[in-house]
Amino acid sequence: MSAVKKPDDEIPGDVELLLPWHAAGTLNRRDAARVEQALANDNELAARYERVREELGEAIRVNESLGAPSARAMEALFAKIDAEPARQSKASFNLAARLAGFMSGFSPRTLGYGAAAAALAIVLQAGLLAGMFVKQGQVGGYTTASMSESGAGAFVSVRFKPEATAADIGQFLSSNKAVIVDGPVAGSGMFKLRVAQRVLSDRELDAVVKAMAASPVIGFAAAVR
Amino acid sequence: MSTNPATSDEVLIGRIANGDRLAMQVLFARHHVRVFRFVLRLVRNEATAEDLISEVFLDVWRQAGKFEGRSAVSTWLLAIARFKALSVLRRKPEQELDDEVAAAIEDDSDTPDVTLQKKDKGDAIRKCLGRLSAEHREIIDLVYYHEKSVEEVAGIVGIPEATVKTRMFYARKKLAELLKAEGIERGWP
Repeated sequence: MSAVKKPDDEIPGDVELLLPWHAAGTLNRRDAARVEQALANDNELAARYERVREELGEAIRVNESLGAPSARAMEALFAKIDAEPARQSKASFNLAARLAGFMSGFSPRTLGYGAAAAALAIVLQAGLLAGMFVKQGQVGGYTTASMSESGAGAFVSVRFKPEATAADIGQFLSSNKAVIVDGPVAGSGMFKLRVAQRVLSDRELDAVVKAMAASPVIGFAAAVR
Repeated sequence: MSTNPATSDEVLIGRIANGDRLAMQVLFARHHVRVFRFVLRLVRNEATAEDLISEVFLDVWRQAGKFEGRSAVSTWLLAIARFKALSVLRRKPEQELDDEVAAAIEDDSDTPDVTLQKKDKGDAIRKCLGRLSAEHREIIDLVYYHEKSVEEVAGIVGIPEATVKTRMFYARKKLAELLKAEGIERGWP
């Protein structure tokens, strides 16, 4: 007897409830595997899944038959946008300071301490940096770190201490005028920082590394040559 | 190199937050048809739906700086659209609503003769999809057409994930009942 046969008013099991999402391809890998396995072992469920697929196809057809809005919608939108107060353009931005401010808004509990939490905070920070650079570099026409990071510069590889909070790291980047350009490296948790726009001499770079290594948020620092 | 649409949408939102009209145009071009269709299925009036989509994207223009990226941009758009559509529906007098719903049902229905002649099961399914309640139509559309996950539907509709699953089940059950009444027995649900 099939495991999915139920009286009319009974809610079926989770796998059967997920069939519409499986048909639409919006399940995560684990749930999709669960459904696939159940379908392979249950002919009745597989028959019901075919009905779901049938509904999916017709629901798409219904929606596709609805057509599209006229140009009036876009005209109305931009007329309203034009009537909006002018948005203040950012003449400059201090990314690291903004980042530090942003990060300091989180409680220690939110950010978490320890290696894993710190790594997550850095990943968040790296994503934020990328987003800000893309947003500001391309809209305002400024020269941003991201736009010049592929060119010449001086780089240092660092590992942040597990107890360093994201706000600490933002402050560290700000005070050292450094930008994360890569990382974390799987296994080592190392990040590559750009510490200068130009190539530094070995002596200059060593001095930067030494200063960074002395920071309470840095566990390890080395020059990238 | 392939482009990740979700990432691109977020980049656009970032630009819109900085007042980039071109980014707004791109985002509008990318999503306005789906948002329009979603709203149209709720309000069942094209002029109202068109008015609403300009309102939805105006909200995006105003709120882009506050977008936190916790959901996909398309999910955010549908959540705004749904809120605005329901606001419009709430503002309409009951009588007007009833008339519209009645008209819609009438439009979607077939005479018995036509039903008898109907051989295309797909056509019958589409007709019955149109006769579902707004709540059931909404969840069917979100899952099947807008390709929203359980979690995303829960976010858009504002109900628990477990309720999303059961609501979808009951929507499909109702669809099966409507089809049965049309003479199409598909089994349960």
